[in-house]
Amino acid sequence: MKQLFFLLILALSATFVTAQNKVPNVQLKDIDGNTVNTKDLLNPDGPTVICFWATWCSPCKRELNNYAELYEDWQAETNVKIIAVSIDDQRSVSRVAPYINSVEWEYQVVLDPNSQFKRAMNVINVPHTFLIDKNGNIVWQHNNYADGDEDELHEQLQKLQ
Amino acid sequence: MKRRVILFVALFSSFHLFAQLENIDLGHISGNVSLLWQQYNEDTLIGAQVPPEKAGFNAYGNLIYTRGNFSAGIRYESYLSPILGYPGRFKGTGIGYRYAQYTHQKFEITIGNFYDQFGSGMIFRTYEDRNLGYDNAMDGVRFIFRPYNGITLKGIYGHQRLDFDSRLINTDGIVRAADGEIFINDLIPALQEKKLKTTIGGSFVSKYQDGDIIEKDTLQLIVPNNVGAWAGRLNLQWKGLTAYGEYVHKINDPSADNGYTYRDGEALLVQLGYSRKGLGINVGGKMVDNMSYRSDRDLLLFDSPINYIPVITKQHTYNLAATLYPYATPLTGEASFMAEVFYKIPWGKYGTNVAMNFAAANNLDTTKYAGVDEQIYGFKRNSWGFGDTKYVRDFNVEVKQKFSKNFQLKLTYFYLEFNTTSTPVTTEFKGIVYADIAVAEFKYKLAKKHAIRGELQGLWTKQDRRDWATVLLEYTFSPHWFVSVLDQYNYSHPDPDRRIHYLFGTVGYINGSNRIALGYGKRREGIFCVGGVCRAVPASNGFEITVTSSF
Repeated sequence: MKQLFFLLILALSATFVTAQNKVPNVQLKDIDGNTVNTKDLLNPDGPTVICFWATWCSPCKRELNNYAELYEDWQAETNVKIIAVSIDDQRSVSRVAPYINSVEWEYQVVLDPNSQFKRAMNVINVPHTFLIDKNGNIVWQHNNYADGDEDELHEQLQKLQ
Repeated sequence: MKRRVILFVALFSSFHLFAQLENIDLGHISGNVSLLWQQYNEDTLIGAQVPPEKAGFNAYGNLIYTRGNFSAGIRYESYLSPILGYPGRFKGTGIGYRYAQYTHQKFEITIGNFYDQFGSGMIFRTYEDRNLGYDNAMDGVRFIFRPYNGITLKGIYGHQRLDFDSRLINTDGIVRAADGEIFINDLIPALQEKKLKTTIGGSFVSKYQDGDIIEKDTLQLIVPNNVGAWAGRLNLQWKGLTAYGEYVHKINDPSADNGYTYRDGEALLVQLGYSRKGLGINVGGKMVDNMSYRSDRDLLLFDSPINYIPVITKQHTYNLAATLYPYATPLTGEASFMAEVFYKIPWGKYGTNVAMNFAAANNLDTTKYAGVDEQIYGFKRNSWGFGDTKYVRDFNVEVKQKFSKNFQLKLTYFYLEFNTTSTPVTTEFKGIVYADIAVAEFKYKLAKKHAIRGELQGLWTKQDRRDWATVLLEYTFSPHWFVSVLDQYNYSHPDPDRRIHYLFGTVGYINGSNRIALGYGKRREGIFCVGGVCRAVPASNGFEITVTSSF
């Protein structure tokens, strides 16, 4: 009986683990002052990349600046949408809009000043990047950024084609 | 044998069962784990001491279960014993955070622990920063109600996290808070597509803590058991223009932070910005007067603050600028302003990015009372302007130039005037430190997946520990490996014996969302600051292993 119980638990947890995780729904503000639900940010017609970053995080800015140069090509190839989630708190949140304008990013930028979405996505440190397929499943994630990591993301994007 | 057959049948049928259940949502589990282990060697030169355990170990594991509109989570924490620099009283292993949450259309209910923020956080903010050991989580109930599109109402009731001893320990104080926010463009359909976006909000927070009488000389003062605070805020955005303002008022709240005086507290924050492609401008002002607000009036430092005071200076990322003289808002108050410009000079293939930032803070413009009034109220504030004591001046300019696909250079210059009496970041000097800091950072991509990055930093001052130099070299082999070496050298310390190299090396491996790093070397004693509070971290010498993983 005990073993049966064990097996049941095992089978149950196996179904839990194999089930792919979805993006949790959290209400945030975007850079223009609009209220947005994180579920509505996802791209229904292709993959979505969610990057957690902050104005004080140099590797985060390197990552998103490098993606910015490739974004047009990636969009043409895979129809990807990139969302940059700033975890800047009140100390630096007012720097987000001027910064992204000065570097001319084309991403949708949302603000997570109390790390609500960051916590719901189990992010420990920034940068942390997620790839979500068009059905809303988190299919790949990467912590940290080093030059060249964009190639790995690109490969992952191509796999979803 | 028979048992095995039964087991097999059971296994088979369970798979069969779950195959049928596949279409039923059983929910999802996600989470993360992080570990930090440090080993300590004695190093009398830098003042590193060895605790009896010879090593520190902090670990956290979060689990979140989600099914439809329901989610629940726990955080398991271990401090065996805590890493040096953490609140030393944290100990043991157990559950430090647990919650359950249910969302249904217009309602959201959370029971257990939660983090939240009203407006800028100057009246209410609970959050965590595990790297700093900061956690003032609420433990109670939160109710969010969205009656119409554009209106959010929040009600909060609970205790607040203070400590950890194999379980969560809260303060005795009760925190009650309510907040309302209206996003006018969503509320009024006719304004939905308008360029002007308007958000207004208001908050009320009250804490209850039992207390009786404070004796000061011949005075017997009654302690207010209920301390209320209110705030109002406005956010406007029109095309590239933004304006944010928030005012907070708190009634008398004698506490350890203000010397048990009875003045009201006030804070005002104004931020204005303009940006368009290639240009961004930001100005801001902040006045904070006696706004330390805790669920226990006798606590200090990181312990159970209800609110959060943002710091006016830019959060620097380079080692010398970020860690030697980090500014923190003194809890008694400050008057401050900042201005900032980002600009991209559109020339050449890549253009040049320039950023300039200036921040200044002084004490408040006040007059000390005499006699009994001084004991009760301390001082009175004359205006919202600057007082005579300089707290900080921070000017910095940054130029970033990309030369080719593979090579990029960034030059930064800082000029700092820093009052080490108001923000006690060093024990060796009291007064104003005048410092110049220069940083050159380069990045060179050697091959498809190989890159090298370096930083050369110098800090020059005639005060405190005098001049410093820092060299950082980092080699990355994408997407898995990195190696870095950091040397901080206090090369002109007034005492020649203390011209020390703080050398630290790290090797790391990353695979997806898993990361492991091994470090070895010396860490300088330093200061961690969050909002208005700082905590000293002692010097150490030894090995360090960090592991983080998200799933």
